Amino acid sequence: MAGPLEPLFDLEEMELSFGPQHPSTHGVLRVMLRLDGEKVMEAKPIIGYLHRGTEKLFEQETFTQCIPHTDRLDYIAAPTNNQGFVLAVEKLLGITVPPRASYIRMILAELGRISSHLLWLATHAIDLGAITPFFYTFREREIILDLFEEYCGARLTLNAMRVGGVPFELPDGWVEKCSAFIDEFPSHIDEYETLLTENRIWKKRTVGIGVISAEEAIDWGLTGPPLRGSGVKWDIRKVFPYDRYDEVEFEVPIGQAGDTYDRYLVRMEEMRQSARIIRQCLDRLPEGPVMAKVPKVLRAPEGMVYASVEAPKGELGYFLVTTAKGTKPYRCHVRPPSFINLQALPEMVKGSLVADLVAVIGTLDIVLGEIDR
Amino acid sequence: MSDEKKTPETTDGGAAAPEKPPKQPWEEKPVPPEHGDGTDDEDVSALARAVEGAVLSADRFAGEVTAAVARERIAEACRYLKEERSFAFLVDLTAIDRGDREEGRFDVVYWMHRFDDQKRLRLVTAVGGDETVPTVTGVWKTANWMEREVYDMFGIVFEGHPNLERILTWEGFNGHPLRKDFPVEGIDTGAAVQPDVYPAGAGPEAEETAGKEGA
Repeated sequence: MAGPLEPLFDLEEMELSFGPQHPSTHGVLRVMLRLDGEKVMEAKPIIGYLHRGTEKLFEQETFTQCIPHTDRLDYIAAPTNNQGFVLAVEKLLGITVPPRASYIRMILAELGRISSHLLWLATHAIDLGAITPFFYTFREREIILDLFEEYCGARLTLNAMRVGGVPFELPDGWVEKCSAFIDEFPSHIDEYETLLTENRIWKKRTVGIGVISAEEAIDWGLTGPPLRGSGVKWDIRKVFPYDRYDEVEFEVPIGQAGDTYDRYLVRMEEMRQSARIIRQCLDRLPEGPVMAKVPKVLRAPEGMVYASVEAPKGELGYFLVTTAKGTKPYRCHVRPPSFINLQALPEMVKGSLVADLVAVIGTLDIVLGEIDR
Repeated sequence: MSDEKKTPETTDGGAAAPEKPPKQPWEEKPVPPEHGDGTDDEDVSALARAVEGAVLSADRFAGEVTAAVARERIAEACRYLKEERSFAFLVDLTAIDRGDREEGRFDVVYWMHRFDDQKRLRLVTAVGGDETVPTVTGVWKTANWMEREVYDMFGIVFEGHPNLERILTWEGFNGHPLRKDFPVEGIDTGAAVQPDVYPAGAGPEAEETAGKEGA
């Protein structure tokens, strides 16, 4: 009777192309997988499907004309994109922004962060089989988009900041509407948390999944919630306060385990802190102009500067190189947080199941518009 | 700055002048930052001492220190800064096409961060059009995709890189888009959007096109 048993099916490793057209890749991301059964032996992200040559376009346009292009990087959270770019130009030209403009920028940026995290929560939960949070988060996200629309006329690609300030004064009644939303919003976060935080299935799908240690996270250049989830207390708003972030109080939440569940908790707390920042900004909103005295034609000195903001996804930086009296960037490089965070994906999913790959892509919170530029 | 002429005179006489509040910083004419000497920076001078011939010059601009480093020494310099000066975090790596220039056509830019005192430092190395740069993937893992992007966009080869493939364009793409001589409108890659001959099973059906031919 002895002798090797015939395997019932092929035991060879299988190659699987995950995406680029797959709902849980959050855009046109393709991951080439080498699978042993359902176990991921190797994952190789393939990107570039959304490449539009944004950095090349920056070189053709004046500083002000560049701002709409930044909207289209991380199109989920346009305010922070605008903010990073105008901060870089302001640093280069030595412009001081009036306090009212700074506060409006911070309100918009934090609303953008909440909106981005709400979209992340909705899609991440759907990926893992929880459909209900989507309906709740989009209810609140709608209010934020309405606020954006009332302020600047657009809902996603806002183009809501200028070099030297913001283009518009807040419309009548906007502060009250925003204030009413911020008052009730923390109770909605509790609502989402009752659905997920102690949910047994949610915990099974996220605890211990996609673990990355603090040292590895730093070596891979992770920023934002993926870095903080691993226990590194590091936030650009605290480390290099831009606009008037040094005048508001907020906490930087961190995780411990560096897994998908901790990153979830970090983002939930970040939404609360954002609401807290907006509350303080609305209460203290200074009077005064919303634009600094800025020359009509922006002429830069020769040099290179880097300015970064804490975008919802991580550190979003703009590296500007200019020539003497240049009206356009000679070179503008974007440091997109998603691009660099995604790089750690193969490391985080090695040896896990295909279903966990979906969880890890969700937890990295990538936006392909920013990755491919 | 032509609009400066429009500013009203500071003394328009009469009783209004003393009541005028002092100008706020955002009402002043912006003063751009100036270049200064960066060689006195602690880390730059330490690097110059530790890695011989590495630092060529250093510049301070808008609160940022930029050190020009010799191309052959760049990986060594980065390793020293990471291991001895604890610059554990590579924030950004990119390149600039400087066109015709004596030192070489490209600048490769490294932008690193130290967590202890939240300090950032920039290294710049000049690279000729046909020269290669030692990779820093062995120093920071995150440099992997950043170097691939620079290779894709500028055609700069990083020596010793484990997987130097194109990343944003596709394998076989002809050209490097962020070079200054690459046309903004793009190039004809040969990949037709509406090909004349469709592969079997793709493209419009025969019935749909038949009517148009008859008309």
